[in-house]
Amino acid sequence: MVAVTARTIVKRFGATEVLRGVDVHVPDGGFAVLVGPSGCGKSTLLRLLAGLEEVTSGEIRFGERDVTRLQPRDRDIAMVFQSYALYPHLTVRDNLAFGLNLRKTDPATIASRVAEVSAMLGLDHLLDRLPRALSGGQRQRVAMGRAIVRRPQLFLFDEPLSNLDAALRAQVRVEIRKLHDQLGATSVYVTHDQVEAMTLADQIFVLNKGVVEQVGPPREVYDRPRTRFVAAFLGSPAMNFLDGAQVGASGLALPGGQTLPLREPGQFGAALQPGRTVSLGVRPHDFVVRADAPDLRVAVELVELLGPELQIHARFGDAPLTVCLDSQSGVRRGDTLPLAVRALHLFDPATGLSLRA
Amino acid sequence: MSPSGQGRRVGLVESIGAHLLLIVAVAFALYPVLWVISLAFSGAVEPTARVIPVPIEPTLEHLRGVAFSTLEVPGGPDRWLFGLQLANSIVISLATALVGVVIAVPTAYALARFEFVGKDSGVRALLATQMFPAVASAIPLYIILDGLGLLGTRSGLVLCYATTAVPFAIFQLRGAFETIPRDLEEAAMVDGATRFEAFRKVVLPAARPAIAVTALFAFMSAYNEFVLAHTMLGREEMYTVPVVLQRYISEFSADWPKFAAGSLIVSIPVMVLFYIAQRHLIAGLTAGGVKG
Repeated sequence: MVAVTARTIVKRFGATEVLRGVDVHVPDGGFAVLVGPSGCGKSTLLRLLAGLEEVTSGEIRFGERDVTRLQPRDRDIAMVFQSYALYPHLTVRDNLAFGLNLRKTDPATIASRVAEVSAMLGLDHLLDRLPRALSGGQRQRVAMGRAIVRRPQLFLFDEPLSNLDAALRAQVRVEIRKLHDQLGATSVYVTHDQVEAMTLADQIFVLNKGVVEQVGPPREVYDRPRTRFVAAFLGSPAMNFLDGAQVGASGLALPGGQTLPLREPGQFGAALQPGRTVSLGVRPHDFVVRADAPDLRVAVELVELLGPELQIHARFGDAPLTVCLDSQSGVRRGDTLPLAVRALHLFDPATGLSLRA
Repeated sequence: MSPSGQGRRVGLVESIGAHLLLIVAVAFALYPVLWVISLAFSGAVEPTARVIPVPIEPTLEHLRGVAFSTLEVPGGPDRWLFGLQLANSIVISLATALVGVVIAVPTAYALARFEFVGKDSGVRALLATQMFPAVASAIPLYIILDGLGLLGTRSGLVLCYATTAVPFAIFQLRGAFETIPRDLEEAAMVDGATRFEAFRKVVLPAARPAIAVTALFAFMSAYNEFVLAHTMLGREEMYTVPVVLQRYISEFSADWPKFAAGSLIVSIPVMVLFYIAQRHLIAGLTAGGVKG
């Protein structure tokens, strides 16, 4: 196993700069998730780590080894592709053994490794089938098996679950994390799915427009987003934003005339100069109903029952607002809902940076 | 009557209609072939206009006449001329298919996968060569072959055929390579393959059906080609079968039964080839490699 370090990685395709000086460090045995919207450069970064693309500038090290200019086959990595990329003309057994055969591993070792991995992933009864005779989930497993069987120093995953249906995706996600804990191999995982990012990662790297916006453990990135982009990207439903709030003596003067009291102004430090305009962010789950001393009142426009909770689409002044409450809360369309805010995020309207001290 | 019964009746009528249509189509397609067969086995010298193509005075005389034609060799035993000519055809066609595929595979792969200087103009030039009929190049090819001393040789004819087979095969195979996902090669390279190994062990097997079709097509066009063969080959023992067959129908006489018998015999190798190639033509060999 090995630590992965990428320093000031720049990647251009012609005139397009896809990565603009990205730094990544994944400790030995760590599970890093690269997450971001389409076109943010996360897949490109992964392909650079794999050696499938060449860096324009920057340096990639696996442990002490400089691999920046090495071919993929010399990097001792395994990769699981979004499309699975199983060799269509080879049986599952030969797909699993492909890499070992190329490395001239002796047949007895190959047989025992294939047996071990197929038992681990429940592929025993499929070994003689061709990929086209497998279901999506089975193909995904073979792709995982092909990576595991080689015992590489580093696992790379390129959106490996996006072709599975929702139920299977949740199941395989758990399996991937279990496998990682079992094998202890360093892993880098690319996804645009924030649930995968939150659940799998030791470290989340949120990428946006070719730069890393924030790095940290999932909890930290979720609770203390450093930028408005990160705040909006992670969390489902997305965070609510209110622009144009003004810092006053007793709290935040909201555009509609209401005032939102600041319960813990200390967390924002010196950023709260009176008169300053800020953007305000509240996660849908950070609202609570409080009839006696509400922070704000919102007009309910639509209520969706999602089983355990209600997703309420409301309006505060002109701004749309999503609120998630317990399904027993009995909110109906047309209600005026008195809400208190449990946790508040403030951002600089110009830079998008969090004002948290 | 129940709706389902009605549905079945409509289905039956439709089915009868469809079958009638198919029978007519099959008859339309097979009628000339049946005529050729009947002609080849008929003892009567002159073909007569008959509706039903059945052999009159059945005989194997024409087949024997064609298949066992001989060439007198001064001071030696006669040579089996037709055998020689059929072998010419097969050897030339196989060589054309081989040359076409061997040159086209790497070229098409490069065009499908790499960006390089002159790629677009090269493809356009290649496409331009496809716009002219092969016959248009007959005279220049004749002059070139003459210059090379290859006039009247099998290799010379293969060279001529390659001028059309190669560009066609390149286009055919470029399309095939483009449909093979890059992920497959990249997976192989991550698994430890060099670029060439990825090509040989993953891309080539995945493209096998397309390569088989391309080779078959090159074989067929060479096997059926007449004009260039007639122009470039001077001696009887060098002829390919289309030239041989044509010689039964001359300006002053037409030996239709022999022509028909010859046509039947020369179609046998093609049928055998198709039978062998069938295995490689299984559609969707790449299905299931990626996604679902």
